[in-house]
Amino acid sequence: MPKTTEIRWHGRGGQGAKTASLLLADVAFNTGKYVQGFPEYGPERMGAPITAYNRISDKKIRVHSNIYDPNFVVVVDETLLESIPVTKGLKPDGTVIINTPKSPEEIRPQLKGWSGIIKTIDARKISEEALGRNFPNTPMLAAVVKVSGIMDDKEFISQMKHSFEHKFASKPEVISGNMNALERSLKEVR
Amino acid sequence: MSIRERLSGNEAIATAMKQINPDVVAAFPITPSTEIPQYFSKYIADGLVDTEFVPVESEHSAMSACVGSESAGARTMTATSSCGLALMHEILYIAASNRLPITLAVVNRALSGPININADHSDSMGSRDAGWIQIYSESNQEAYDNFIQAVRIAEHKDVRLPIMVCQDGFITSHAVENIELIEDDKVKEFVGEYNPKNYLLNNKQPMSIGPYDTPAYYMEHKRLQAEGMKNAKDVLLKVAKEFENMTGRKYDLFETYKLEDADTAIVVINSTAGTAKDAIDRLRKEGKKAGLLKIRLFRPFPAEEIAEALKHLKAIAVMDRCDSFSNQGGPLGADIKSALYGTENAPKLINYVYGIGGRDVRVENIIEVYDSLYEIIETGKTGETYRYLSVREREVE
Amino acid sequence: MSEKTSINETIAWQDITPGGNIYSSGNSINFHTGDWRTNRPILALEKCSHCLLCVPVCPDSSIPIKDGKRQDFDYDHCKGCGICAKACPLNCISMIPEGSKEVE
Repeated sequence: MPKTTEIRWHGRGGQGAKTASLLLADVAFNTGKYVQGFPEYGPERMGAPITAYNRISDKKIRVHSNIYDPNFVVVVDETLLESIPVTKGLKPDGTVIINTPKSPEEIRPQLKGWSGIIKTIDARKISEEALGRNFPNTPMLAAVVKVSGIMDDKEFISQMKHSFEHKFASKPEVISGNMNALERSLKEVR
Repeated sequence: MSIRERLSGNEAIATAMKQINPDVVAAFPITPSTEIPQYFSKYIADGLVDTEFVPVESEHSAMSACVGSESAGARTMTATSSCGLALMHEILYIAASNRLPITLAVVNRALSGPININADHSDSMGSRDAGWIQIYSESNQEAYDNFIQAVRIAEHKDVRLPIMVCQDGFITSHAVENIELIEDDKVKEFVGEYNPKNYLLNNKQPMSIGPYDTPAYYMEHKRLQAEGMKNAKDVLLKVAKEFENMTGRKYDLFETYKLEDADTAIVVINSTAGTAKDAIDRLRKEGKKAGLLKIRLFRPFPAEEIAEALKHLKAIAVMDRCDSFSNQGGPLGADIKSALYGTENAPKLINYVYGIGGRDVRVENIIEVYDSLYEIIETGKTGETYRYLSVREREVE
Repeated sequence: MSEKTSINETIAWQDITPGGNIYSSGNSINFHTGDWRTNRPILALEKCSHCLLCVPVCPDSSIPIKDGKRQDFDYDHCKGCGICAKACPLNCISMIPEGSKEVE
């Protein structure tokens, strides 16, 4: 793992990419890292493409710019592949993680010349089966943790459980569905 | 032991406000500072503070309510950005001349137009002559630390002036980063109880506030106000020393980074300073002696100390995150130039307008600035001193 | 900072109150508005019935009363507006130019 891991999220307004980046910052923080989690702001429009970022490091982070050459790119909505050059600037040894039912090789032609590593996860299916609704950001978060190796799976699961118990204190019935989604995602990302 | 947390810049300010537990907060929401009163009103609803929250219908009213409550003897705070600060403009001067130590969290955002919600300093720079103390913050941590210190500086008997604590909109206000918080009881002890000597609700000493001032007295009142500003510098240093004793975090009039042995430097405000430090480390690896001076206290302007810190350099780039349309550069550029006036063999100086309306500033952009400085040193020619950084332009034939 | 309430145009900035604040009450009596006057009310006391109709109409509270009887004008504060002269049913108040011979 490099000194600072840089992650760029691509999603659509309302899909929770920003929330996912903040959650990732949260869990990485809880494992003792220095973190940054920030969205690129503009007028907020449901469905419009949005970008969010994470920096995760063992050292204090001083830089305050967007991320142009990330180690990981996360695509929360595969329809973005049509309009957004998601792998732009992605380090040659970096990885793009895409929410799609397709396998990495099936989706490669849509990535316009990207020859590096591709990982896919069917976050929609996992979310719908585990939570009954399409909240792709929870399974995407687990996929990012798994692929990036920024923390141990077990540590991640225990941190998330703790975080959900706090976040959903008033509706504990959704906790097990969310935990289920995370665990499935850790296994199913390919 | 400090508390290790991760918070956005807005959460950091709201947390500081919660720990201070002021008597009154009067605020009107505006992006990107909206979250501050939003979080704070939740603290009120949850009973974590006993502050009187005054929801108002505009920023003009917010600052007017602050003037009223601070006059009454209440420790008063608010937050705003951009056009909100512009709408407060009239009342800012009243707060200052009435010597009311209101604490205002400014989340820097461009002023319209064209309408834009992202970071630049045109809002607080527009208020720089209003008689408010202005402190700027590189990160969520500095915004938090500065806000706690600001109360003590503003309320000090030798100062008694309102104070703005500024940070960059979105870049730090909405970015979640690590932060070290101070325990509640320590913050409360540090800021202390607010006991103004004179206040409107003191029935033992009736008083009139804000009377009409004739030419026979106006100048004397303004001269007295200027004295408060003169005293602010030493008070800020004393408060910083106490803060350092409590937290171990050191604050000064400004911060320098690898400046002592440098031949080039940039002078910068707020979040870009962090990006510049990374740029400097890269340049240092190439053997280039690049340095940085980051403004903390902008009003009053510590001109002598800044000139002393910069005088040994060969070339300086002053970075303004707003234009003043003087055809000379921005407000910081003007102040740095005037600080260096009379310095023998003064460094060559260029002034960049950069990052306005939220234009992203990368390490590479800062390195370009240093490249320009080294070119000036090599050729001996300063060239155009009023420059725009990272602006698209056609080649001029 | 200074809490001085009595000031005049020789005061130095170091001695003046911040923002012109006035740290006491009931001190408008120290502000002599009588020198704004261009016309001066003169009371013919021998004709006055002490009906006191002039007292409440005076905007400057410049008609003192003692033991139910009105006294001569408070010339330190009377601005010479003449409302009392209009209000007097017995015409015992006359307005004369300030500084004219008749004043003395």
